[in-house]
Amino acid sequence: MTEQSESESVHLVLYIAGRTPRSIRAEQGLRTICTEKLSGDYRLDVIDVIEDPEAAERQKIFATPLLVRERPQPTQRLIGDKLGSESVIYDLDLESA
Amino acid sequence: MLERLRTGIPGFDALAQGGLPASRPTLVAGGTGCGKTVFAAQFLAEGIRQGEPGVFVTFEEPPAQIRQNMRGFGWDIAAWEANDLWRFVDVSPIGPIEALRVVGDYDFHALIARIMHAIQSIGATRVALDSLAAVFSRLGDGGNVRRELFNVGHALREANVSALITAERLEAHNGKTPNGIEEFVVDNVIVLRHLQDHEKRRRTMEIVKFRGASHSKGQYPFTIRMNRGIEVIPLASGGLVHRSSENRISSGNDALDRMCGGGFFRDSVLLVSGPTGTGKTLTVSQFLAAGCRQGDRCLLMAFEESEEQFRRNAANWGLDLEGAENDGRLRIVCLYPEAQSLEDHLIRIREEIDGFEPDRLAMDSMSALERIATERGFREFCIGFTSFVKSKQLATLLTSTTSSLMGGGSVTEMHISTLTDLIMLLRYVEVAGEMKRSLTVLKMRGSSHDHAIREFSISERGMTVGEPLTANVGFLTQPCPVMLDEIGGVGHAD
Repeated sequence: MTEQSESESVHLVLYIAGRTPRSIRAEQGLRTICTEKLSGDYRLDVIDVIEDPEAAERQKIFATPLLVRERPQPTQRLIGDKLGSESVIYDLDLESA
Repeated sequence: MLERLRTGIPGFDALAQGGLPASRPTLVAGGTGCGKTVFAAQFLAEGIRQGEPGVFVTFEEPPAQIRQNMRGFGWDIAAWEANDLWRFVDVSPIGPIEALRVVGDYDFHALIARIMHAIQSIGATRVALDSLAAVFSRLGDGGNVRRELFNVGHALREANVSALITAERLEAHNGKTPNGIEEFVVDNVIVLRHLQDHEKRRRTMEIVKFRGASHSKGQYPFTIRMNRGIEVIPLASGGLVHRSSENRISSGNDALDRMCGGGFFRDSVLLVSGPTGTGKTLTVSQFLAAGCRQGDRCLLMAFEESEEQFRRNAANWGLDLEGAENDGRLRIVCLYPEAQSLEDHLIRIREEIDGFEPDRLAMDSMSALERIATERGFREFCIGFTSFVKSKQLATLLTSTTSSLMGGGSVTEMHISTLTDLIMLLRYVEVAGEMKRSLTVLKMRGSSHDHAIREFSISERGMTVGEPLTANVGFLTQPCPVMLDEIGGVGHAD
């Protein structure tokens, strides 16, 4: 988790269920895309619901990987591990970020 | 021998011949409003009553909604949660419009982790999942979802819990759910239906399959009631029940007893049929009075008359029923047939019998109940009812009203005549321009009986049975039988 202030225009949270090849692949792909496309003005949190079950209950999570766009509002969610391609940016309406 | 889980849902365990095959997932499929969620909740509620905690995984309705919906059945879910007997796993949609898109592959490890955590935290042995339809509608029904549901089923089996999973069913009579998959994921399948049959609605439950375990086949009616939930009405499996009692009881009329070879058998089911006014209520009254006199507990289920009318009539015939009522030997229950469904009437009748424990029962009349049901529903009711009273060895008198004033068959008779031990017909007979009353014992199992058609009269002394009518033509087959000798020819009123 990166320690940053709350002022970023983009806040993404990636929920995974344990460090598996799938979740590692998803996280790496996502970080790459964010670095390339989001010009630094973003915050990415990764939460493992196996380690933090409370988070799973709060977010009512049942399928992972789950990527949640907390900011900008409204919240949007993507389920699945194909998070390393440009389409993620479009899927989350982040083109302007 | 496969181990069974007694669900505790009234009537269901009988249907399941012991209960659900334990530790194997069961699918409950049905359309909207069929009662799947109630079934799932009741599966947990009855478990809690037996000291088995349960986990409810909800994909569609939020826990607050479920707590509220189930309150009417007398289930205080919040109290159970506080006592670690019930745990929700909330997988309901986050907002009213869920913006959820699928990009690539995913798994349900998170769901399985949450369910296992809930199971372990309260030591649950029962798990309900409601509903798969919600999962498919939110994620589509591709191979990914199917694979993950299989994994959930596998995890539940590994956890050694009994799981009940609900699913949608668009086609009420078809063998498959629309997604097709669930029936392969689970070992056991139950289908709930809410059918429309000639303007009447019927709820039925069917156990389609149990893997490796026996169960009753076919559709069985059930009800969903306030403060009770689901109750399944198991029907008799058909076939004659071997009559065991040789003991005789009085009909309340000596001549009638003689016609029956000494009286009715202790555990017989008797049908008295005739047009209105022929003396059915009198037959009922004298039957009950005789029972009270010899110390029997007597129960009357009255669907046609009020208690007041009944007592008044009885008094006019010289029968003291009021005294017996005051002593508690006689109980009269009056019900409007239209007030509830036939299944609910059957449940009420059984409750009265279980509560009052009568030795004699009279139902006046079966025809009143026939009016509120479909033909098939009524036939099933007759089967379920007669098998119940026979299992109680209860002398039961049923009345049936023939539709024509002059006699002829009734639909009730068609359904019930094979189920009864004795049939008595009451008819008007035209004799020399006068209407007389006549009766005959048409059939009586296990005893010789008078085959004559006898004249009888009704007065303040009750029923007086007279001589046989002779040279009678067409007592049963003609609308109005005539006496050939008197008229001197054939001819009858049309």
